[in-house]
Amino acid sequence: MIGVSYSIGAVLVFVTAALLILVGAVGVLAVRNPVHAAMSLIMTLFGVAVAFVAQSADFLAAVQVIVYAGAIVVLFLFVIMFLGVDRREGVRVEPLVGQRALAGLGVGLTVAGLIVLLARSHWVSGAMSVSTNGAPLATGSGNVAQLGTAVFTTYLYAFEATAALLVIAVVGAIVLARRERALDEEAA
Amino acid sequence: MIGVDPVYSHGLGLAVWLIILIRLVVAFAVLLNAVILMIWFERKAISDMQSRIGPQRWGPFGLLQTIADGIKLIFKEDLMPAEADRLVFRLAPFLALIPGFITFAIVPVGGTLTIAGHPVRLQVADPPMGILLMLAMSGISVYGVMLAGWASGSKYPLISSVRASAQMISYEAALGLSIVMIVLVTGSLSTHDIVASQAHGIWNWNVIRLGVVPFVIFLIAITAELNRPPFDVVEAESELVGGFHTEYSSFRFAIFYLAEFMNTITMSAIIVTLFFGGPAGWVPNVAHLRWVFPILWFLAKTTAFAFAYIWFRAALPRFRYDQVMDLGWKRLIPLSLGWLLVVAGFLISVSWGFGMAALALFAWTLLTRAFELGSGRERGAEAVLPVIGPRPLAPEALRELTDEDEEA
Repeated sequence: MIGVSYSIGAVLVFVTAALLILVGAVGVLAVRNPVHAAMSLIMTLFGVAVAFVAQSADFLAAVQVIVYAGAIVVLFLFVIMFLGVDRREGVRVEPLVGQRALAGLGVGLTVAGLIVLLARSHWVSGAMSVSTNGAPLATGSGNVAQLGTAVFTTYLYAFEATAALLVIAVVGAIVLARRERALDEEAA
Repeated sequence: MIGVDPVYSHGLGLAVWLIILIRLVVAFAVLLNAVILMIWFERKAISDMQSRIGPQRWGPFGLLQTIADGIKLIFKEDLMPAEADRLVFRLAPFLALIPGFITFAIVPVGGTLTIAGHPVRLQVADPPMGILLMLAMSGISVYGVMLAGWASGSKYPLISSVRASAQMISYEAALGLSIVMIVLVTGSLSTHDIVASQAHGIWNWNVIRLGVVPFVIFLIAITAELNRPPFDVVEAESELVGGFHTEYSSFRFAIFYLAEFMNTITMSAIIVTLFFGGPAGWVPNVAHLRWVFPILWFLAKTTAFAFAYIWFRAALPRFRYDQVMDLGWKRLIPLSLGWLLVVAGFLISVSWGFGMAALALFAWTLLTRAFELGSGRERGAEAVLPVIGPRPLAPEALRELTDEDEEA
C-alpha cells in the first residue's frame, strides 16, 4: 500500500524516535514521582526532535528542544521543587470509581479510528511523508526562511492571535495569583 | 543534513569515514586537554592576582597538578546521601558534561584543508540548525545543575538548583535575542557561514558591525548561563556550602568540575566564533603553513576570553540574587529587544534604522519612567492595588485555610 521504500538507516532512526516518544509518554503516566515524570516528558520531546530531524525539519527540531525541553519543562521542575510536591505519597484512595474501563474503551476507539483513517485514506495532505521520497520540502537554512514566510504572511492572524492569547493568559495568571497583602497584614 | 559539509562531496568512502573519525577524536582530545590546562591556568592566574604562588609541586610550573587532583578524586570514596534519588543522582553529572562537548562540535577551529583530495573543514559538524544547537544545549545543561541539586535530597543543594533554574531561564532570553541579531546580519544559522561572513577585515567582525552592545549582552548572559562569577549565586560558598554539588564526591564531583571548565572553554570559543570572526586574522605568506595561522588566531582569541573569565572571578564581587534577576529581566531583555529593532531597521534601509532607533529610544524613556514609578511606590498595606473583582476564594475562607496550616 505504501509506495515508498525506506532505507535501513531511515527505519532505524524512526524506530529509535518512536521508542523514545512512546516510552517517555508511558513514563509520564506510569511514574509516581513528579520529577521522574518530568524527565520522561523530556525524553518524549527529544524523540519528537529526532523525528523532526529525520524529516529534515532541523529548525523545528532545534526549537522543540530550546522551547519545550529547555524552558517549559524546566518551569515544571521549578514549580515542583518550589512547592515541594515531590515525594509526597500519591492519593491512596481510588479517586475514579468506574471511569477507568470507559476511559480505556475511549482510548482504544480513538487509536483504532486514527489507524484506520491513516491507513485507508491519504488523510490531511495526501502525502505519506513530509520528505517525499527522501527529498525534503526545503533544505538547510531554507526551512527557516520558508517557515518565517509562512508564519508572517499566510498565518499572520493566527500567529498574532496566539501571541495575544499568551499575553492574556499571563495577565490572568497574575491577577488570579496576586494575594491581597492588606488583608494578610490585618490578620496578622 | 549531510550535503552541507564538503567532505561528503565525493560520497562516503573509507577515507571520508576515517577523516570524520579522526576529526572527532582530535576535537575530543584537544578539548579534554584544554580543560586540564584551563584548570591550571585559572589557578595560576588567580593566585597571581591574589599574590599567592598557586600550584607548583607537580611538573614544571605545577602543570600536572590537575592530573594529580583527578587521580585523587577518582580514588576517593563515592558517597551517596541516604535521601538521594539514586537514578537522578547518577544521571545529573553527565547531563552537565555532555552539552559542553556537543556545543564545541559546531565551533569552526580553522579554515578548510585538503586531505587526500577531500576538502575538510576544521569543524566537527556543521548542522543546518547551526548556532541553535548551542542554545538547545545550554537549555539542556540547566538540567544537570537542577537535577543534581534536587536529587541530593538536601536543603542547600535544593535552594541552589532552584536559583540555577531561575537564573538560566532568565538569561536565555537575552542570549537568544543577541544571537538573533547575528543571524539577521549573516542570513544563515550555520556557524561556518557566520565565520565566513566575518572573514574580510576587522570591520566585518560582528562585534563592530552590530555595535558593541550585542556583544556586551551576550557576554553577560553567557557568564550567567555558565554560573561563573560574578553570577555564581548558584554555588555561593558563603551561603550554600558548595551549591548543587555539595553532596557529590569522588568521580561524580570530578565530572561536575570538568563540565564547568569545559563549558567555560566552549563558551569562550562560541564568543570568538560569533563576534570576533573565529579563525579570521592576518595570515603571512608562508608556503605549506598557511593553514596553521587561522588555528593560532582562534586559539589566541579563545585564550583571551578564557583569561577574561578568570579576571572577572578575581575582580568582581558576587551579585545578590535579586540583582541578578533585575539585571536579566529589567535591563538586558529590554535592551536587546530595542537593539534588535534598530539592527533590523538598518538592514532594510538607513531611514528605517533611524526610525527604529527613535522608537527604541521612546520605549526606553517609557520603561525608565515605569521603573521610576515602580520603585518610588509606597510599600506596605497602602501600596496594594485596589481589588478588581471577586477572588476565586473569599478572603475569610482563604484566611481560615492558611490559619489551619499554621496550627498544623
